[in-house]
Amino acid sequence: MAAHAHTVKRYRGLMDWLTTVDHKKIGILYLIAGGLFFLVGGLEAILIRIQLIKPMNNFVGADTFNQLITMHGTTMIFLAAMPMLFALMNAVIPLQIGARDVAFPFLNSLGFWTFFAGGVLLNISWFAGDIPDAGWTSYVPLAGPTYGGGHGVDYYLMGLQIAGIGTLIGGINFMATIINMRAPGMSFMRMPMFTWTIFITSALIVFAFPVLTVGLVALTFDRLFQANFFETGNGGNAVLWEHIFWVFGHPEVYILILPAFGVISEVISTFSRKRLFGYSSMVFATVLIAFLGFMVWAHHMFTTGLGPVANGLFSIATMLIAVPTGVKIFNWLFTLWGGSISFTSASLFAIGFIPTFVMGGVTGVMLAVAPADFQYHDTYFVVAHFHYVIVGGLIFGIFSGLHYWWPKMFGRMLNEKLGKATFWTFFIGFHLTFFIQHFLGLIGMPRRVWTYLPGQGFDTMNAVSTVGAFLMGIGTIIFVVNVIVSAANKKPVADDPWEDGRSLEWSIPSPPPEYNFKQLPLVRSYDAWWNEKQKRQRRNAAGRAGRTDPYAFAIDPSARHEHRIVRSGAGLHVRPSGRCHRRARRHLWQHVLPLRVRRSRLPHRA
Amino acid sequence: MSAHDHQLDGHLPHEPEKATLEGRNKILGFWLFLGAETVLFGTLFAAFIALRHQTLDGPTPDHLFELPMVFAATMILLVSSLASVFAVQALHQHKVKQMIVWLIITILLGLSFLGLEIYEFNTYVSEGHKLTTSAFSSSFYTLVGFHGAHVAFGVLWIGLLIAQIFKKGLTVVTAPKIYVSAIYWHFIDVVWVFIFTVVYLMGKVG
Repeated sequence: MAAHAHTVKRYRGLMDWLTTVDHKKIGILYLIAGGLFFLVGGLEAILIRIQLIKPMNNFVGADTFNQLITMHGTTMIFLAAMPMLFALMNAVIPLQIGARDVAFPFLNSLGFWTFFAGGVLLNISWFAGDIPDAGWTSYVPLAGPTYGGGHGVDYYLMGLQIAGIGTLIGGINFMATIINMRAPGMSFMRMPMFTWTIFITSALIVFAFPVLTVGLVALTFDRLFQANFFETGNGGNAVLWEHIFWVFGHPEVYILILPAFGVISEVISTFSRKRLFGYSSMVFATVLIAFLGFMVWAHHMFTTGLGPVANGLFSIATMLIAVPTGVKIFNWLFTLWGGSISFTSASLFAIGFIPTFVMGGVTGVMLAVAPADFQYHDTYFVVAHFHYVIVGGLIFGIFSGLHYWWPKMFGRMLNEKLGKATFWTFFIGFHLTFFIQHFLGLIGMPRRVWTYLPGQGFDTMNAVSTVGAFLMGIGTIIFVVNVIVSAANKKPVADDPWEDGRSLEWSIPSPPPEYNFKQLPLVRSYDAWWNEKQKRQRRNAAGRAGRTDPYAFAIDPSARHEHRIVRSGAGLHVRPSGRCHRRARRHLWQHVLPLRVRRSRLPHRA
Repeated sequence: MSAHDHQLDGHLPHEPEKATLEGRNKILGFWLFLGAETVLFGTLFAAFIALRHQTLDGPTPDHLFELPMVFAATMILLVSSLASVFAVQALHQHKVKQMIVWLIITILLGLSFLGLEIYEFNTYVSEGHKLTTSAFSSSFYTLVGFHGAHVAFGVLWIGLLIAQIFKKGLTVVTAPKIYVSAIYWHFIDVVWVFIFTVVYLMGKVG
């Protein structure tokens, strides 16, 4: 008897969405909220770029410019990127590990609503007229009571505090879910790569966010109760804020990028129709990046004056991260190598991710060289670098994941033509905007300055950069159009619409029923669903040779790439199960996973 | 759904807090939460250590702290932790009344700790040691105050759990809550041991 089995009042329509504790619906809520904040942050970015399109421009003015850059950074990181990651986590993780829900469904809902409340509070500042303007890093004394008058920074502090509680709840929830609720047979080293990266990201959230909590509390006390944490006149220490912020802030960038690594691993493996190259080294690299991510915060503070020893140590630690990251890059390349690649929108974003992210990584190593950083610090070179890793890394990853899992989340395919148009406009727009900013920075244009004098060589490059930003905006609009078009399309999709699905989420209907799995699946290998499909193919082949096969499944024998599956299967790592159990297990599978792919439900591919 | 079902046909298992997946999830999730709490207090300690010499014109720690009283508060909290151990032992033996008695002792000791802390803060304020006095005073009140707020929350939480036990009895649903609140209580006890060392003892020796 289940401990919590009691009747619950069922709501319909809007009330159902407001009260839901179903991880799949919460995932969609995260996507809608995160998507809206992404549009707000994108609009702010476009306004920033219009202001900078020509020298001595007075489009928004200095005060609004400061507010725009602060709100753009804060919104994009805390209210757009992280919630969209939480959307993918909620939509996919329980399905990938073969669970019926997350460990704490109610807390999952609470986490979403606290994040949303915090985000709304932060953005109410636009209407209240007191807008945060001290940058997303909110450095003191600029953000302190002496120089940060008004209540702008208070909106930042309160909004992030409330949204941060939601994030922390989510981190704990997904760690507990992944540790405790994996299906039988799914050992840690059989978990899909996306599940692994979410596990590690959740751990980073749990150990990094409380640091931000304390920093925000201390600054709030300084501003509202005249405490002296960062008030140098009363013995406080302004550098302490920098330390606290970056001890949180650097792991935060790995919180953002690791899930993108997970998405890219899944998408590249699926659309190359190959097992992920170097799975265990990929897991090891993820863990190592997370560990090193806590050891490098002071590379944001090379120019603060911590001295050559500290700068040297943090410099070396930062460069070390390039090693596990390089391992990942080569693993993706070797997964593609010799694969039978199909260029869907999802795989285009994943393949576009690789060179883009490598460029962001290379400038990262350049910035890690402390003496050189004195030249780059606070210039557009830094702006270009972190947009290459966050947009070129994370946002490409999110777009890739959305195109890939959309049929699973909504039961509708996104239009491939529009998807490819999204990719090409966004990809070209992105490089147009940010590639040129490297050079703007190198010739000395400082970041966070609202305008510039003509004749310094900045004019043309800024104009080009603004054109690129508009192109990215068009790419985003095409995506929104695609979403609307796909919602109007009533054609149902198959359980495994890409036909090459590898992990368990593709073994159940799209969208999955409320309980996900009729019976919990038994996992016998990494790439569990792929290997089950393969075994069926072999049995079918045996059946055609004249033997009757009682275990034949209804996979269409003339399926387009049956031959390829069998062929590339030779290179797959199939974990042989013990002989004496084989028959019994087969029998189990037949009942445990009644997974029929009916001919009529196979998708019509473009 | 009756209490009968929650006791798995009248037989409460030996460790009822771990009998269901929900219970095991709760315990694991709570340990993870305590990991986050450790980081939270770690950061508060770091800020305090960075700022503790910045007393300006305010009283110094050496001048302020009265070790006998703080030592008494420490002992009270340690003993309350022991009481919550006995409560969990009673839980494992399914002795509900005994468990409630030990829980009540736990919160009474917690309350007396809080009383001492309020008295202590009151004295400090009258001696000119306020939140706004110096960076030392700000970080002191924030660190020790965060701990005090955790004790207050624990007292309230365990109090509500006692009320729930009276209403629903000891079941596989209520047992994990008792168990988890005991872990929480030990955690704030451990944090206090660090506060006693870092804030008070180190304050006395400079």
